[in-house]
Amino acid sequence: MQPNDDHDGPCEAMTPSRRTVLGAAGALFAWSFVPKLAYAAPGARDPRFVLVILRGALDGLSAVPPLGDPSYEGLREGIALRRDGDMPALPLDGFFFLHPAMPNLARLYGANQAAILHAAATGYRQRSHFDGQDVLESGQPGPGQTADGWLNRLLGVLPAGEGISRKGALGIGIVPPLVVRGAAPVLGWAPPVLPRAGDDLVARLMDLYGQRDPVLARAFAQGVDVERIVNREGMAGQRARGGPDSADGMRLIAEGAAKLVNADDGPRVAALAFEGWDTHANEGGATGRLAGLLRGLDGALAAFETGLAARWKDTVVMVVTEFGRTARVNGTIGTDHGTGTVAFLVGGAVRGGRVIADWPGLKPESLHEQRDLRPTTDIRAAAKGVLSDLFGISGPVLAEKVFPGTAGLMPIKGLVA
Amino acid sequence: MSAETIGAVAALHRFGLGPRPDDLARIGSGVRDLFRSELDDKRLGPLGPVPFAGMAEAGPAIRSFLEDQRSRRVANAVPASPETMGPPVPQPPAGPAQSEPPLPQKTYREEARVRFHAMLEPLGGLGDRLLAFWSNHFAVSVNKSPQVRAFAGLLEREAIRPHLFGRFAEMLLAVETHPAMLLYLDNQQSIGPNSRAGARRGRGLNENLAREILELHTLGVAGGYGQADVTALAAAITGWTLNPPESTEGPSGVFRFNPNMHEPGERLLLGRRYPEGGFEQGRQALADIARHPATARHVARKLASHFVADEPPAAMVARLAAAFQASDGDLLVVSRTLLESPEAWMAPPTKIRTPQEFLVAAARALGRKPEAPQIIGPLAAMGQPLWQPGAPNGFPDTVAAWASPEGLKSRLDVVAAISRQAASTVDPRELIAQIFGPGISPETRSTLLGAESRYQAVALALMSPEFIRR
Repeated sequence: MQPNDDHDGPCEAMTPSRRTVLGAAGALFAWSFVPKLAYAAPGARDPRFVLVILRGALDGLSAVPPLGDPSYEGLREGIALRRDGDMPALPLDGFFFLHPAMPNLARLYGANQAAILHAAATGYRQRSHFDGQDVLESGQPGPGQTADGWLNRLLGVLPAGEGISRKGALGIGIVPPLVVRGAAPVLGWAPPVLPRAGDDLVARLMDLYGQRDPVLARAFAQGVDVERIVNREGMAGQRARGGPDSADGMRLIAEGAAKLVNADDGPRVAALAFEGWDTHANEGGATGRLAGLLRGLDGALAAFETGLAARWKDTVVMVVTEFGRTARVNGTIGTDHGTGTVAFLVGGAVRGGRVIADWPGLKPESLHEQRDLRPTTDIRAAAKGVLSDLFGISGPVLAEKVFPGTAGLMPIKGLVA
Repeated sequence: MSAETIGAVAALHRFGLGPRPDDLARIGSGVRDLFRSELDDKRLGPLGPVPFAGMAEAGPAIRSFLEDQRSRRVANAVPASPETMGPPVPQPPAGPAQSEPPLPQKTYREEARVRFHAMLEPLGGLGDRLLAFWSNHFAVSVNKSPQVRAFAGLLEREAIRPHLFGRFAEMLLAVETHPAMLLYLDNQQSIGPNSRAGARRGRGLNENLAREILELHTLGVAGGYGQADVTALAAAITGWTLNPPESTEGPSGVFRFNPNMHEPGERLLLGRRYPEGGFEQGRQALADIARHPATARHVARKLASHFVADEPPAAMVARLAAAFQASDGDLLVVSRTLLESPEAWMAPPTKIRTPQEFLVAAARALGRKPEAPQIIGPLAAMGQPLWQPGAPNGFPDTVAAWASPEGLKSRLDVVAAISRQAASTVDPRELIAQIFGPGISPETRSTLLGAESRYQAVALALMSPEFIRR
């Protein structure tokens, strides 16, 4: 059972049966897309939206340290960042700074292509990673409603036949993030570890699933369809290096996602996840464990910018996490599960160069339950603002379908340039 | 048995590890009795020679390996990477040619091989399916550190396997005191702030393990605990750590209760008071949590969801929970209740085999015995690297997670590689008769018989709905 390079060669004869079944697969896939010949008006923006989920709860107070807050340093003994020294934090607006492992994000901020939301959170106020991620991705008011995700429902409310809804959402990973799962088509891709199976085998299997198993048929067709773009974009020979918790893995995932989202016939909306942010122990400061992860994220943001090239000006990459971490360092020079944290909006379509925060302060009496950064900005309000500006979706639709139960939560205006 | 029950082949997929070429003939109509006898006999696939008998051997060996590596690094003035993250990069220490991997990776590979080969042996394999279930319930990730990489197999062998047909409370205590779990969720360095060590070193609590015990291992996230309970349990299990290298009280790296790290005082946890009492405080708290009704419900739901359907029948969940409570968490009783649940014999096969279950079933069907690289590589390629989930909640256990676009593509990639090698020895027609039996659908049968090569037929057989669903 040794995986090897012994796979179907490109010169394999194309049998009539193969043509037939390939055609069948295409037809099957086409139904779910309801293709219509409708294109955006000339000159109108053909937007791209990429959601990056940081699983494990990013420490927002280390990623974007509020060095101007007098309580910061005392809370963060052993991991505090500094304005001076060997690896100083990068200045943003004089109060907030950026972790020194993120020079690309600092550059984009300087070019007004990155905005940072601070003291941000979803409406979830407990401290379970898994419920927190479910709330973040389902877009529902509370945990336990995981039938579909808000990016998938977004496709459902876009006009049928629009480029965006027609091309589906891209879910990166063998287990695609919940945020893209649901009734609307989801394309799937991950950096493959092994050579891909041959076309003829794929076609025959598609045929069998089409006859016997609609669930498998749909998922498989959505995976196979992406391979056309993968092959055309020269990604076919690439192999995974490192997981989604390593800098190499993050960059490769971002490069692949950018190419697929950049393709004319590719998906306009994508979601992916990076892992390993649960820094309970030995979190590190300017260097160390969290610094390595932030460097990986920073490299991924640069890869999006490079890979999206001419489309970058129409792109918003939103980086979110399920919640933050304790304001005070814990007993093992790390931080435990908390509440308020940061979110990033990066891309040529972002009205950037600013930290958006109603800063609650870090004094003991200002902290949420005397331990966490108090959240003052709702991540869903930011997401609603971006989706509203980028895709022209009305507030009531967003509040009813995409983020149910958020009628009282106004979209944040002016996030998109 | 009513006419609606699933057939023998489907039952072997649902409760077991999947049929081998001669199994259907051997079992005949006695599939339910087979699984009953496996539970009666507490049967598990036999383990071959293991790298370390237990933590008493593994602890000191890994400790001296790491010290050796450190001193070589210092001697060679190779600066340690300041940003250690992700999988430990196997850094071959300078010196003679390194033909074999470092000890933690070598240990992991051998553990993986022994475990996989054990799963090729049983006729049905319900015991090994339960082992895999509990191992994922008490998940650790070898990505955490070289130590966890070396100890993950031992966690399963020392803490889960011996209690598989015993009491849940005993399995729980064995897991939460095992060095692999203590290291994975940081408890080995959690210190009571008012303990002697805390006062001296200015260190304190780490609530990682305590939270996951309540949320994942016992009560479940809706089990009725709050932040104060998490903090109380974290304090109760301070001092649950690893024996240090200089210790005279036994081998380094084994579990040790260190009273100097334990937070003094009484704990209030889930409405109960636990007096100051050293190790006993945490032990008693775990014993009470293990028999909490929320734990019974949580375990019951996970078991039914794993074996029967993502949304399991409510009556079945209630029956399993009642069996758990009435028997004080006797897992043999709970497993029997699972096997005798009529719903488990009626529900159609909607679940998808996880990549691990799939690789075992494929090896059994094809009569192959893969070596470590052919186990570890394909599992990683299919998104379920052994003992390496992305988070402490283990690998997902739903259809949506594995029947995903990339999930099916990557599974097919592995199948293509396997089938190339099996094609010379496997006859597709025999495969149909021996592995699929009479339940094969006309569509699958004609697809397999119409394949252009043996290779293709074998690959399509392994990817067919009949084989990947259970």
